[in-house]
Amino acid sequence: MDTVNIKINGVSYDVPAGSTILEAAHSVGIEIPTLCYLKEINAIGACRICMVEVKGAKSLVTACVYPVSEGMEVVTNSEKVMASRKTNLELLLSTHDQNCLSCVRSTDCELQKLCRDYGVEGRRFTGSREFYDIDDSSVHMIRDNNKCILCRRCVAVCSANQAVGVIGPTERGFATHIACAFEAPLAESPCVHCGQCITVCPTGALTEKDDTAKVWAALQDPAKYVVVQPAPSVRATLGEAFGMPIGTNVEGKMVAALRRLGFDKVFDTDTGADFTIMEEATEFVQRVKNGGALPMITSCSPGWVKFCETYYPEMIPNLSSCKSPQQMFGALTKTYYAQKMGLDPHDVVCVSVMPCTAKKFEIGRQDQSAAGDGIPDVDISITTRELARMIQRAGLRFDQLPDEDFDPALGESTGASVIFGATGGVMEAALRTAVELVTGESAPAVDYEAVRGTQGIKEAAYQVGGLTLNVCVASGLSNCDKVLKAVQSGEKHYDFIEFMACPGGCVNGGGQPTQPGSVRNFVDLKALRAQALYHEDAGKPVRKSHENPVLKKVYEEFLGQPGGEKAHHILHTSYVPREKNY
Amino acid sequence: MRRFSTVPFAGTKQQEQQLRAWLEEHKQMPGVTMPALQKAQEIYGYLPIEVQRIVADVLGRPLAEVYGISTFYAQFSLCPKGAYKISVCLGTACYVKGSGKIYEQLQEKLGITGGECTADGKFSLDACRCIGACGLAPVMTINDDVYGRLTGDELDEILAKY
Repeated sequence: MDTVNIKINGVSYDVPAGSTILEAAHSVGIEIPTLCYLKEINAIGACRICMVEVKGAKSLVTACVYPVSEGMEVVTNSEKVMASRKTNLELLLSTHDQNCLSCVRSTDCELQKLCRDYGVEGRRFTGSREFYDIDDSSVHMIRDNNKCILCRRCVAVCSANQAVGVIGPTERGFATHIACAFEAPLAESPCVHCGQCITVCPTGALTEKDDTAKVWAALQDPAKYVVVQPAPSVRATLGEAFGMPIGTNVEGKMVAALRRLGFDKVFDTDTGADFTIMEEATEFVQRVKNGGALPMITSCSPGWVKFCETYYPEMIPNLSSCKSPQQMFGALTKTYYAQKMGLDPHDVVCVSVMPCTAKKFEIGRQDQSAAGDGIPDVDISITTRELARMIQRAGLRFDQLPDEDFDPALGESTGASVIFGATGGVMEAALRTAVELVTGESAPAVDYEAVRGTQGIKEAAYQVGGLTLNVCVASGLSNCDKVLKAVQSGEKHYDFIEFMACPGGCVNGGGQPTQPGSVRNFVDLKALRAQALYHEDAGKPVRKSHENPVLKKVYEEFLGQPGGEKAHHILHTSYVPREKNY
Repeated sequence: MRRFSTVPFAGTKQQEQQLRAWLEEHKQMPGVTMPALQKAQEIYGYLPIEVQRIVADVLGRPLAEVYGISTFYAQFSLCPKGAYKISVCLGTACYVKGSGKIYEQLQEKLGITGGECTADGKFSLDACRCIGACGLAPVMTINDDVYGRLTGDELDEILAKY
């Protein structure tokens, strides 16, 4: 690796040539604060917080975009630098509502932390300031531009990573704000509800819609039987909200916490995921045998599903008709489980804990009420962040909770379902089952390494009972978009595709704990969190969905054949083309 | 917050063909969005959502991005011009002679803010800088008619002529 020699704060270092001052300083243990910078997608030098002195430069420079060069002398902590950062923070605050006490991001707000670090006191500058209406039109999130610092991180993820670009900077000067085209409410835009914008927002301008009050109310209601299902990836991230290292698997403590919050049953979306695999693998094999629409594309990610309906409605026949694990689980809770326990499905409340904000949209979709009209499969969907807040409010010392097991009836899962939370996981789980469905024999190998890893697009070819299956896995909607363009142009041919709306899959979902830019820009969150899931898979006694004992029992007692009529009624759904108005 | 025109869009097929042809020819050009909007405004006179959608679709850019550019530059108008374009000079001489007040009164009387057009499409109102008639300050024009040494009392009578 080529290096250059530079001095930072008087000390000499060899740093990689071509790196920015920010990266070079980080590599030698010096943090330079940032607000707008997001590696690869938002290097715009706009917030002016990363200012440093460079000897010979006529003014302070922005470390996030300024490249190092041989002999450069940088000072990151001079009085001039610190005064400049403080003034810039005070200028940002002049148009900020400063309602920290009632802000959900208080204590994990990047702006608040910097103001504390730099000794910013109150409102130094008062002057022209716009006041904005809060946009709470959409089911999954709230935009409060009164807290926005115009860093444009949300705009960058929305267009660069997600290829959607439903928001952008609008107007100029003091009137500049982030909005949808023609000031449309978010709900009327073709937003896919992925929530990636929320996870990168440094302040409280973007937050999920908090549905915890509904959960507390259900838990307090003695007439309700409240069942909870946390998604596969939640166990890989929830610990972060309690200061644990990224990638800590907290499954046991999460179960203990849910039980102590008062849920009647603590079940596992992983069980739902095993059903998804059973149905999806069956559907895939049927499509291959009967000449159905190929490539078949997975339908677990509601952000991707809405993207397909809005931007590629002609591909709807290629979407698997399977409900997502969340919805399959809810459907079985309200039908099979309610029947078995003698419960009226009207009295059962199914709460899901998801890494995802689009799940809040999914629960309200049409054709998602297996137990009858007016009985949604899932009643309330909360994110990992909302669960963390519930645990905090309940006064549970998370790190001191014992490790507990899920309740048995719908709480048993396989390694296959655990890896659903990472990109490639659904494909791998489906292959483990599809191979045996096609050959009718037990396959010893279960590790499909080629579809693992955090690259945006992965492809592989597998020999299955004389057939060659070409598969593709993509995460992040801009990657999905690329794959679809290649498929439609005929450049690529695949039989089976897994798409996840969020880059890296659910572990990096829009409902996951926020991590500041200082972590996000230098740590591969996706990879660390996914590792926790692959470790759990490797250690599971049962690693194939079709070998889940719960699954066998439910098909025998209730559903009949996988892909059969009853299974179709309860576990499958339909899609609708959507208008792209803004 | 910006207010949008309620005047119905009256673009013709011919205008659309003209815009699409230009866009197809230039869409590979780096930074094409701004000149595309200039062309669109030249064709339609303003940039309503119907026109911006065409630009966004052909260029393959999100509408939010196109809209952002159209609101950043003051020379882009999202409102159509009226059959009668009122222009009030806010240049130095007119301003000290009270044209600011006249401009405010006109906004009140027409029920629109500067840059907008009345719902019936009759009048649009803009501020302009010196038109070279300082001797007549304060001055406004309505299409090609010039009104000088204006007072607020005359405005109703003048508007009634159109």
